[in-house]
Amino acid sequence: MLVNRKLVLAHFWVAFAVFGLALFLGAWQMFVRSPLYTWISNPEWYYRSLTAHGTVMGYVFPTLVAMGFGYAISESALKQPLVGVRWAWAGFWLIVAGSVMAMVPVALGRASVLYTFYPPLIGSAFYYIGVVLVVVGSWIWVALMSINLRVWRREHPGEPVPLAMFANVAGSYLWAWTAVGAALELLLQIIPVALGWRTTIDAGLARVFFSWTLHAIVYFWLMPTYIAYYTIVPRAIGGRLYSDTMGRIAFILFLVVAMPIGIHHTFADPQVGAGFKFIHSAFTALVALPTLLTVFTICASVEIAARLRGGRGAFGWIMALPWDNPIMLAVTFSFVLLGFGGAGGLINMSYQLDATIHNTQWITGHFHLIFGGAIVIMYFAIAYDLWPHLTGRALPGLKLVRAQLWLWFVGMIVTTFPWHWVGILGMPRRMAYYDYSDPAISPQAFSVTLSAIGAFVLLISGLLFLYILATAHRQPAADAGAYRFSAPVHPVRTVPLALNSYAIWVALMIGLTVTNYAYPILTLAVRSDNSVPAVYVGAQ
Amino acid sequence: MTVQDGNHGAEVAARTERRWATVSVIVIVVLAVLAAFAGIHQVTMPQPRVETIDPTRLHLSGEFVESNLGSVLEPNGAVTVRAIGQQYSFTPACILVPAQTPITLRATSADVVHGILVQGTNVNTMLVPGYVSEQLMRFEKLGDHLMPCQEFCSFGHEGMWGKVKVIDKEEFAAKAKSGGRLSCVGE
Repeated sequence: MLVNRKLVLAHFWVAFAVFGLALFLGAWQMFVRSPLYTWISNPEWYYRSLTAHGTVMGYVFPTLVAMGFGYAISESALKQPLVGVRWAWAGFWLIVAGSVMAMVPVALGRASVLYTFYPPLIGSAFYYIGVVLVVVGSWIWVALMSINLRVWRREHPGEPVPLAMFANVAGSYLWAWTAVGAALELLLQIIPVALGWRTTIDAGLARVFFSWTLHAIVYFWLMPTYIAYYTIVPRAIGGRLYSDTMGRIAFILFLVVAMPIGIHHTFADPQVGAGFKFIHSAFTALVALPTLLTVFTICASVEIAARLRGGRGAFGWIMALPWDNPIMLAVTFSFVLLGFGGAGGLINMSYQLDATIHNTQWITGHFHLIFGGAIVIMYFAIAYDLWPHLTGRALPGLKLVRAQLWLWFVGMIVTTFPWHWVGILGMPRRMAYYDYSDPAISPQAFSVTLSAIGAFVLLISGLLFLYILATAHRQPAADAGAYRFSAPVHPVRTVPLALNSYAIWVALMIGLTVTNYAYPILTLAVRSDNSVPAVYVGAQ
Repeated sequence: MTVQDGNHGAEVAARTERRWATVSVIVIVVLAVLAAFAGIHQVTMPQPRVETIDPTRLHLSGEFVESNLGSVLEPNGAVTVRAIGQQYSFTPACILVPAQTPITLRATSADVVHGILVQGTNVNTMLVPGYVSEQLMRFEKLGDHLMPCQEFCSFGHEGMWGKVKVIDKEEFAAKAKSGGRLSCVGE
């Protein structure tokens, strides 16, 4: 039951349109700093482009996907029309307005601070206020998801919340709390300086605030992907979900342990002592747990589908899987890239190993595998799966869809694997160009060229994706029926209260954040000797 | 396995799940213990103390005045290197160090956030204005390393490359005999 199709489509279309634009910027960046482009370009343009690419890919695109998918889940999993549609549209327009407001100063070169801000570099206040509006728009969605669940609970007392909605609301709570770190940094520190009310800022404290958001935001991006693993994949390939309980545990674990780990982004920073770095390192290891549980549950669910289709033997069942089904392809690619990205993440999480690759291209390779690989591939899958229900028309052709997914998978590997390699060689990230005539850098030229080629493959795949979605609107009308989520092997009749509500987990999330962040933040906040003069971007 | 219904199937599923969860937890505990062991046993923990410094007065007084930047041989045979990063260079731009000697790098930033990375080693630290970064290092082999700024520091970031030159221990001692701060700028 999808009533507010226009609302969901609006979110998805804006998300995918800005995604397409950001892909262009990404490919251009790879090209101008590769040996394929021998002229030295204006680095100013490079950093404008990098800021826009990061801001769109990090804040606007995944937020809109999570919101659009969230509204669709709320309606179809709870089987009730969305409560607060007007508010939902208000949130959407706030995000559109915020994005435009942020992007204008970026395009003018007045806010080249990358999406991670880097105080004491200070850009135009409009950039930061735009980002704040995007976040405020998404908070409306958080409130609406909570309200819709409450309305449903009142009419279904004691019933288990459908897994898709349970996960969706967990993701929204995670995001609400995660965004607080960057919001504090922007509202208390950066925006007053950007407006000229203050001229100094504590760069170290700002970095700690940002780390609060910076890692958990990845789990917010990941939520729609994991929801798709559990609630779309088994149904789409004709199987059953192996365990509904495991799904709930995984989402709860994300809610609790995704938050208090961000200081691992400051392993090499002087403003945090060794103790909290170690604690955050250990907690980062812990966040691998929900992923390991998910890998098991989804592989088991996929195996069930294969056996239902007549698969036999210890490994023979793999051949019986519906490999021509786009969702099957997508989840396979997503898992493979998640495997490589996750292994890289375990290396980053260790202080000792991180020292070798901190802030090198390795890191760029790692998070592009996780975000661009594991996560975005499932965003494609979500769109393909939902589109017939949103448009009332069938997709134009599965062959094209498969080609698009293959191109993305290959492009992602060709782009990120060489990045890991040059990162180990010590190539720093965020550079507008490299001097390949330097004998110490010239051996990296080939790897960088490969990455640039990969970037163009990704661009082609992204454009093909937009083309498929657009042409789907012109197909003959076809009734796709009601939108359904995967059924578990063992029907869920009752669920323990702890796996059906959030209060205790949200309390734990906040409690752990306070124990893992309060001391580092307070010790910096009470000092007066650590503020430094702001350096304004674009100032003459 | 066939898809089974009823209690038996549910029990098998629960048992398999529990085993997998146990394996996952063991993997994570081993990882954390390994990190703790390496940190404590091999003394590879991050800088323990937080030190602040006023970036606007670096050149006027204190540890990071220009005449104090570069490498110095301490009476105990160890070496201390002091450096600053600013848009868009390191001072000194070429750091001279002896091989097979314990070295302490002390560095800070005069303006925005920078980073020091020595290619081919695991020397890697952030320079945050207002704070002093300390990094212990030791080079076994002679040779030159590139030392790029690894953190975005505005439009000139891509041009901010320093160098580390590792020379023979005796040669370094001979150069250091007359006192003063050593660097390889202009060599």
